Amino acid sequence: MEQQTATFAVKKGLAQMLKGGVIMDVVNADQAKIAEDAGACAVMALERVPADIRADGGVARMSDPDMILKIMDAVTIPVMAKCRIGHFVEAQILEAIGVDYIDESEVLTPADEAHHIYKHNFKIPFVCGCRNLGEALRRVGEGAAMIRTKGEAGTGDVVEAVRHARSVLGEIRKLQTMPEEELMALAKELGAPYELLLETKELGRLPVVNFAAGGIATPADAALMMQLGVDGVFVGSGIFKSGDPAKRATAIVKATTHYRDAAILAEVSRNLGEPMVGRQISSIPDQDLIATRGW
Amino acid sequence: MTLIGVLALQGDFIEHIHALQRIGADTREVRLPQQLQGLDGLILPGGESTTIGKLAVAYGLMEPIQEFGKHHAIWGTCAGAILLSKDAKRHQPLLELMDITVERNAFGRQVDSFEVDLDIPALGKVAPPGRPYHAVFIRAPLIDSVSAGVEVLGRLPNGKIVAAREGHFLATAFHPELTQDDRFHKLFVEMSKSD
Repeated sequence: MEQQTATFAVKKGLAQMLKGGVIMDVVNADQAKIAEDAGACAVMALERVPADIRADGGVARMSDPDMILKIMDAVTIPVMAKCRIGHFVEAQILEAIGVDYIDESEVLTPADEAHHIYKHNFKIPFVCGCRNLGEALRRVGEGAAMIRTKGEAGTGDVVEAVRHARSVLGEIRKLQTMPEEELMALAKELGAPYELLLETKELGRLPVVNFAAGGIATPADAALMMQLGVDGVFVGSGIFKSGDPAKRATAIVKATTHYRDAAILAEVSRNLGEPMVGRQISSIPDQDLIATRGW
Repeated sequence: MTLIGVLALQGDFIEHIHALQRIGADTREVRLPQQLQGLDGLILPGGESTTIGKLAVAYGLMEPIQEFGKHHAIWGTCAGAILLSKDAKRHQPLLELMDITVERNAFGRQVDSFEVDLDIPALGKVAPPGRPYHAVFIRAPLIDSVSAGVEVLGRLPNGKIVAAREGHFLATAFHPELTQDDRFHKLFVEMSKSD
């Protein structure tokens, strides 16, 4: 067989290498170095972390390619970058500069209110957000090689991350016990591609790697998501909006590895300084919620 | 029964455990030094070598793994092969157990990750010979140079080294754990038994 690149196996494969790890939002090369030194398994390059996007308002777009390239030069770990939902030209630009993963992200302002990007057309793999099993499998159907539950980005409140992880993982558990003849009706109800639903039932998990995101701010939050059953965590504003980013980043990495060891979790949670100032999701008006973006 | 540990600090350790279970080996996730006790062999999985190295240092695993390697088999895939090497041409924690030099991300970024069939004659020890081995390379390293005591097990069509063995140490730049072909895992279980 000739050498083949950009197959679904290699796209999905990179996400498999990230498992058990922490992917950190960074806005410049210095932060990327801090993240790498703390043990991040990848970084997400973006101009503003979600907490600032939330505070600033306005339209949030793909970051300046120059800034992303500087981060790619600064670290040896994989670099991800975000494009807007449905904005396939931003994705083409990110592919042209050679990022390792594209996040088609609800954190940016959507460019299309009905359609996501057809991701099979790209050589670079995509990660997409979801709130439930139907949304996750629609994204995989479009070609996403990795899924993350959305949570509510930029809040430091883990409640939505928990809700979305419980929703996806709970629906998969129900699927396990469901007889085959009920699957088509479930596919219709969830809006999920039937073949992918069948594959999920057979595997007992999503067909791609599934991280948690949106509101994770402490080592305990990261371990909570891991114990709920996700494969790894994204930490956005939680690290560089805290009092001591390097220390907190290291602690979250350790907590993600030793997520079932309460003695280690207690040790790494000590003296971390100020966490990011959180914002309770119940205090945010519905029109300002990010997780509802995506179709 | 052979008990194989898989270093479970970060990376695709579950994929290794599933492959080992398919061929009937007992398995254990290893996150702390005491979990090396009683193992017949240890796998260092794929993942990010910097992340795994830092966590191995932080939890005091480097010396215990080096000690374990004096009498037991160790196999590194991709990031694990980097950890096993004497030299990765940049500053990061390494076990320095195998006399090989590796080049990290030798093929470029993710867009250059690939699949290819390889000829691995050594797999004839655990399965009928002749069948090619389908290998998956993810932001993979290359084995740049090997010392005289190292046996080259596999090369790319261009001659570059991607699999090697030195005594009871095994290094692959690719990921047998991402496929359903368990011949490498069988070979490693055999290596673990013979020690």
